[in-house]
Amino acid sequence: MSQPAPGATVTSPGGQRRRALTKRLLLLPEISGIVLLVLVTTGFAIVAPAFLSMRSVVNILNIMPELGLVALGTTILIIAGEFDLSVGSVFALVPMVMLWLVNLGVPPAAAMALSLIVGMAIGAANGYITLHFAIPSFITTLGMLFIARSLAVILSNLAPPAFPPGMPVDFLVARIDRFQVSVIWLLVICVVAAVILHRTKIGNWIYATGGAQQAARDMGINTRAVKLSCFAACSLLAGFAGMIQTFRMQAPMASAGDGIELQAIAGAVIGGTALTGGVGSVLGALLGTILLRVIDTGMTMSRVDANWFQLAIGVLTVLSVVVNVVIRGRAARMRA
Amino acid sequence: MSDLPFLRCENLQKWYGGVHALKDVTLEFGRGAEVVGLLGDNGAGKSTLIKILSGAHRPDTGRILIDGAPARIRSPRDSMNLGIETIYQYTAMAPQMSIARNIFIGREPTRFNWLGPLGLLDRKMMNRVALQALRDVDLHLRSADTPVEELSGGERQGVAIARAMHFRSKMLILDEPTNHLSLKETTKVLDYVAALRTQGVSSIFISHNLHHIYPIADRMIVMARGAVVAELNRGDLSIEEVARLIV
Repeated sequence: MSQPAPGATVTSPGGQRRRALTKRLLLLPEISGIVLLVLVTTGFAIVAPAFLSMRSVVNILNIMPELGLVALGTTILIIAGEFDLSVGSVFALVPMVMLWLVNLGVPPAAAMALSLIVGMAIGAANGYITLHFAIPSFITTLGMLFIARSLAVILSNLAPPAFPPGMPVDFLVARIDRFQVSVIWLLVICVVAAVILHRTKIGNWIYATGGAQQAARDMGINTRAVKLSCFAACSLLAGFAGMIQTFRMQAPMASAGDGIELQAIAGAVIGGTALTGGVGSVLGALLGTILLRVIDTGMTMSRVDANWFQLAIGVLTVLSVVVNVVIRGRAARMRA
Repeated sequence: MSDLPFLRCENLQKWYGGVHALKDVTLEFGRGAEVVGLLGDNGAGKSTLIKILSGAHRPDTGRILIDGAPARIRSPRDSMNLGIETIYQYTAMAPQMSIARNIFIGREPTRFNWLGPLGLLDRKMMNRVALQALRDVDLHLRSADTPVEELSGGERQGVAIARAMHFRSKMLILDEPTNHLSLKETTKVLDYVAALRTQGVSSIFISHNLHHIYPIADRMIVMARGAVVAELNRGDLSIEEVARLIV
């Protein structure tokens, strides 16, 4: 339509700028996550007014870091154009390796470091196999999902079920007022990740590699090294998240993190990460995690049967992408 | 100006499986600042030759000399470091990334350089230089923050050209740069290439459209079935005669 609508005024430069800004805002990949978070929070606040109380907010924050860190790693790897289905198993295996080492007499700090290195090595192995043999990471990490889970179970049978005394629990899960220290870990890691992803050279390479691998390669980027580091980072974060949970519960569980890989992908997607690579952000990963946590806490407080939680995640995941597509479609047609 | 060509390739051969894609090719490019048109039908070996020069593939035999000295081109990075910029047939860009980020992919200016890959992007400089690079190729865009996916095909190719022009040092390779472009945009690209000569930059212009190459090329190289079949200077043959050579 080239004719202005009847009654339309001649655009002022200020209006133009405002429209351009609105358009930019609506084109943000995180936009549907933000919209849904506001809607869902408002909904729960109406049904269960206690939902907005300090106590419930603290509750949500304190259980956030574990899924949050896994979702963050998953998001980074998806941006680079690859997948990791094994994060849930690594989540269980890394703390299991740590406790196994402690039982062997390794000092706790060294055991923590070594087990995190194991986590990173698993990611690197995922990456190496995927890239060297040019097979889909979906397959590689599906295999690793079973392998790492099995190892976690085997190790848990070797280690006594009790949590050994003298572990530096405060390091990860001490309480400051009502807040758990792991929340600070999450925030610090998110800030570091955001700087790396959005403000550094390698961040630029990660987006380029995931968004247009051939172009990245032709412009001289070592896309294999970029992807390999993302695999390693993703797995490291999953292992660290598992460590936090083990410290919080003070009990090693071979079944820990079961299904968290799919929640992490859901969180990433709700936060605007494109499964095709090249699109996503740290803020989005956080938004997606918050939304998932808000829903399970909100449902509990509204006395909804817990069995509805998975249904809610499912609806939300699909809805967020649909909302994104609709909003972006509208925004793209805006004149600005 | 010396007689030494900027780039000389000697006895290049390349096989892809059983296909002999490049048969003993010896050529010189960049005798002074010149526009060389590389012509040939599909499968003539143009792309293979270009991929070797830009570092995407390695030759099976033969060598490459830059300014008379043997050079190693093992990766796109090597080729760029030797002063060769390539504009690819497909627009080598990440569509979701901004113009500025695309222009500097792999060569980002950073603060805290000692941090290596973790060096912080100098975004102010990236935006400023990107806009200037675009203006230099007569592309006037409002902001270098716009994602490339919002540009038209011609504008994207313009950004690719701006990128190559900004980093160009010795030679520009243009692989079918006028594909998918409108008539007006094509004329613009041809003007850039012709202008390169006056700026002291040589170029290799690959196309199967003789009408794009003939008017601006100082020399023309015709390839067929992996071998060089003719090397012509401007005015040696009429456009019809050249056309007959290609097919």
